[in-house]
Amino acid sequence: MKRDYDVVVIGSGPGGLAAAIAAKENGAEHVLVIERDVELGGILLQCIHNGFGLELFNEDLPGPAYAQHFIDDVRGHGVETLMDTMVLDITPERTIYAINKGLGYLELRTRAIVLAMGCRERTRAQILLPGSRPAGVYTAGTAQRFVNVEGFMPGEKFVILGSGDIGMIMARRLTIEGAKVERVLEIMPYLTGLTRNYVQCLLDYGIILEKQRTVNRIIGKDRVEAIEAVSVDEAWQPIPGTREVIPCDTLLLSVGLIPENELSKQAGVLLDPVTNGPFVDDRFMTNVPGIFAAGNVVHVYDLVDWVTEAGYVAGKGAAAFARDKHVEPGEHIPLTAGENIRYVVPHKLDKARLAEEQVRLQMRAIAPIEERVLVTVEDQNGEVVAKKAGAYARPGEILTLAIRPQAYELVQKATGLTVNVRRR
Amino acid sequence: MAEISEIICVTCPQGCLLRVKHAGSEVIEVHNSGCKRGQEYAISELGDPRRMVASTVRVNGGLHPLVPVYTRSAFPKPLIPRLAQALRQVEVSAPVKIDQVLLADALGTGIDVVASRDMPAR
Repeated sequence: MKRDYDVVVIGSGPGGLAAAIAAKENGAEHVLVIERDVELGGILLQCIHNGFGLELFNEDLPGPAYAQHFIDDVRGHGVETLMDTMVLDITPERTIYAINKGLGYLELRTRAIVLAMGCRERTRAQILLPGSRPAGVYTAGTAQRFVNVEGFMPGEKFVILGSGDIGMIMARRLTIEGAKVERVLEIMPYLTGLTRNYVQCLLDYGIILEKQRTVNRIIGKDRVEAIEAVSVDEAWQPIPGTREVIPCDTLLLSVGLIPENELSKQAGVLLDPVTNGPFVDDRFMTNVPGIFAAGNVVHVYDLVDWVTEAGYVAGKGAAAFARDKHVEPGEHIPLTAGENIRYVVPHKLDKARLAEEQVRLQMRAIAPIEERVLVTVEDQNGEVVAKKAGAYARPGEILTLAIRPQAYELVQKATGLTVNVRRR
Repeated sequence: MAEISEIICVTCPQGCLLRVKHAGSEVIEVHNSGCKRGQEYAISELGDPRRMVASTVRVNGGLHPLVPVYTRSAFPKPLIPRLAQALRQVEVSAPVKIDQVLLADALGTGIDVVASRDMPAR
């Protein structure tokens, strides 16, 4: 195989596939996707439920069908792929070290890299769940792979901790497959996944969700026998007299996702402590020239459509970098989180970019606002550069808004932009 | 006779909380809908609630032991448990192609259940 590429994409989920396609479409000749699994598609392959593609295709597709669209496109574009291959290290000079069963130890050079490793689930250890350590405690995504891909049930009676999307979707899936989901517990006072999933996964199947309630301890020696649930106050402290022992044989954890950035760090990529992903500019380039990042590796999205879009932007940027061996430095201004906004991606904006195309921003709210809201992007003088109305703002649902080329003149005068979400 | 119910629309991720004035399953007015699909959803939800259903069926000789499937269109909600049972009886052989019908006219609804991906032979 080749040892020299224009663009190498690490990871073949929706972000990586889109990046590879965009790199090809924008003139990169030799593009390689490296995937550690035995096939392309990433986590979409186990997300067999519908709800993908509504924004991009106006179609309600299951995850595997959404993935296949892009897998076929990658093949059609003549992208090279290397599966069952683990990347071990990336240098800031863009040398990639990887291992593959057949090819052994690989050393590859590339002009540009797109990091698209996605994210992984928070585990029991990361939320410090007390109690014994029996079998029967899984992350929701692991259970999803068991049930949807490998074909076996991890238990019969479940409690699910966390109202994230995967947890709710698994509650429905397990019920359809004949298991009993005793309870979904959520430590926050609000749902952390999408409202539509609450309706079609929990309400539809009569599954009870209890908010401001968590697992106090796990009971069982060899296998989970029960969990003890408890209510918590605003500071997550257990409230006396609210304990309940819920018999079950399996506990699923749906308690958050963390961008997977071990390789990024090895390559010298700086991470934002709020998103746990790289600081990126509007082309999704990190602080290391020629290393781009797209999708859940940057921050955890709730809709795959925006991951795909981010992949296209990153792939296009990577192709341009590979061609010119650098990017025009451009004049970047910071994009910062303002009122009731936890973070904004990208972190900075090349002012000239708006002459070519719109730039999409993704934000998360800090506190829920259950009434009409206005999201604004303002310059240092409070001048509004872009805005978007919404029916509400919820921490569990990403806010997105595009700065349009029409705002070009305004943005040229800006020294920084701040994003806010307020009651309308 | 008319009453007002609150229904969360699940057509898209926006999840509008619809305020629906209705007499039994007859929709009179829909308020608070972010787009026109809310009206259709309310009518369907009160008269004939349907959901997209996704599951898996057994596949012999495939890369994986299961192939994911879904209903080609939204499926009557009360029949979903029976559909799940019917799908457990289905067994196919690899290779399977995306969109291949694996259970035709499920439970006589006229709705086909199709594969949501290619499943190559092992």
